[in-house]
Amino acid sequence: MDKYLKLPLTSEDIASLHAGDSVYLTGVIYTARDAAHKRMSEALSRGEALPMDIKGAAIYYMGPSPARPGRVIGSAGPTTASRMDKYAPALLDLGLQCMIGKGKRSDEVREAIVRNGAVYFAAIGGAGALLSKAIDASEVIAYDDLGTEAIRKLTVKDFPAIVVIDSTGRDLYKESLKEYCVE
Amino acid sequence: MRELDVVEITKAVKEMCIEANHFLSPDMKTALNKAEEREESPVGRKVLSQLKENLRIAEEEMIPICQDTGMAVVFLSVGQEVHLVGGNLTEAVNEGVRLGYTEGYLRKSVVRDPLIRENTGDNTPAVVHTEIVPGDRVDITLAPKGFGSENMSRVFMLKPAEGIEGVKAAVLTAVKDAGPNACPPMVVGVGIGGTFEKCAILAKKALTRPAGEHSDIPYVKELEEELLERINKTGIGPGGLGGRVTAMAVNILTFPTHIAGLPVAVNICCHVNRHVTRTL
Repeated sequence: MDKYLKLPLTSEDIASLHAGDSVYLTGVIYTARDAAHKRMSEALSRGEALPMDIKGAAIYYMGPSPARPGRVIGSAGPTTASRMDKYAPALLDLGLQCMIGKGKRSDEVREAIVRNGAVYFAAIGGAGALLSKAIDASEVIAYDDLGTEAIRKLTVKDFPAIVVIDSTGRDLYKESLKEYCVE
Repeated sequence: MRELDVVEITKAVKEMCIEANHFLSPDMKTALNKAEEREESPVGRKVLSQLKENLRIAEEEMIPICQDTGMAVVFLSVGQEVHLVGGNLTEAVNEGVRLGYTEGYLRKSVVRDPLIRENTGDNTPAVVHTEIVPGDRVDITLAPKGFGSENMSRVFMLKPAEGIEGVKAAVLTAVKDAGPNACPPMVVGVGIGGTFEKCAILAKKALTRPAGEHSDIPYVKELEEELLERINKTGIGPGGLGGRVTAMAVNILTFPTHIAGLPVAVNICCHVNRHVTRTL
């Protein structure tokens, strides 16, 4: 089922999302990948504020290729989410609402999703040219020195994603594997 | 002795970096079309059609196919009758990568030290594998490798007694562990034999053989076909969202090995299996 949703999601939106739903997201998302997560984690351990208001935020695990002149962004597909598993539960407990990436998550992340009523979406890995078309604006807001790994504030319109882990903890990867495995 | 100025190598590498990251090779496009015909899962078919659309946008608008434009892996076959002049060969390759990634708006994904992790800013150095061969030509194969799939690659040091069944189990283990992380439908490069490092290089090189072409060795060809069929029964499917097409090709290279060993390397590549070759 296709759902068109505005970010931040409401608690009703989140409750209505089920593993396997196809969604189109519109609003603000922040990019952060390995190096930015490490810095955010260090900032938190020093008692400092994060570069964005994490409550209700959506984080896209993505480091774009450089924009050609006159363009908003370069290629912009998801990176493997499991590398951020070490950092995600703490951010979810602070109010992080949506994560967008690709690939499996740990049990600790899944439990933190359920505990906080959050959601994990997958975008299509390796479709960075296509996904870049859904990004209307991009601005580096922190850690500029990290280059592609800097934190960017993106404005997206109808950004396509699929619910992989919903707020009840159902995991699409596990369910679909069972459906199509014929070994 | 034929003289070749390394400037020509720089120029070729630069162009190949830009080409490989925007234009997927015809063998891979054919493989994607075949995958779409075979896929039964509605979500899987949708993913495959979006991947084809992605390729179209990449070519027409010069946006890299994937934001992970890879670490540049370069296979050089240098004819022993060639005299390279005008500079250092490795530096010439790296200069090509530097120019290609900078002028081509490709992502710089290389850190200078694996633990200090400071970006080199120009995607250098490349990983260069050089071989001296007969003749007076230089073949350059460039294969930018993304790390979503590279991270899911494995080396298994099997015992000889484990034999071909052990090899099959190793490949299937690597593919299943990779699952959705490696951006399926994948291409699976397998190196069997040699030593610890040789099998890994063979697996990487196997990925540069066009999808759809098989080994000349009859039993290896059969093994490629059987493994592809078994991988496609796992159900992982396009995007890892379930389906019949988990891999588009299994390419195997073999090499003599030691009486005590059976090394097997599995180098997994995503659907953006980039490889271009030029002869100078």
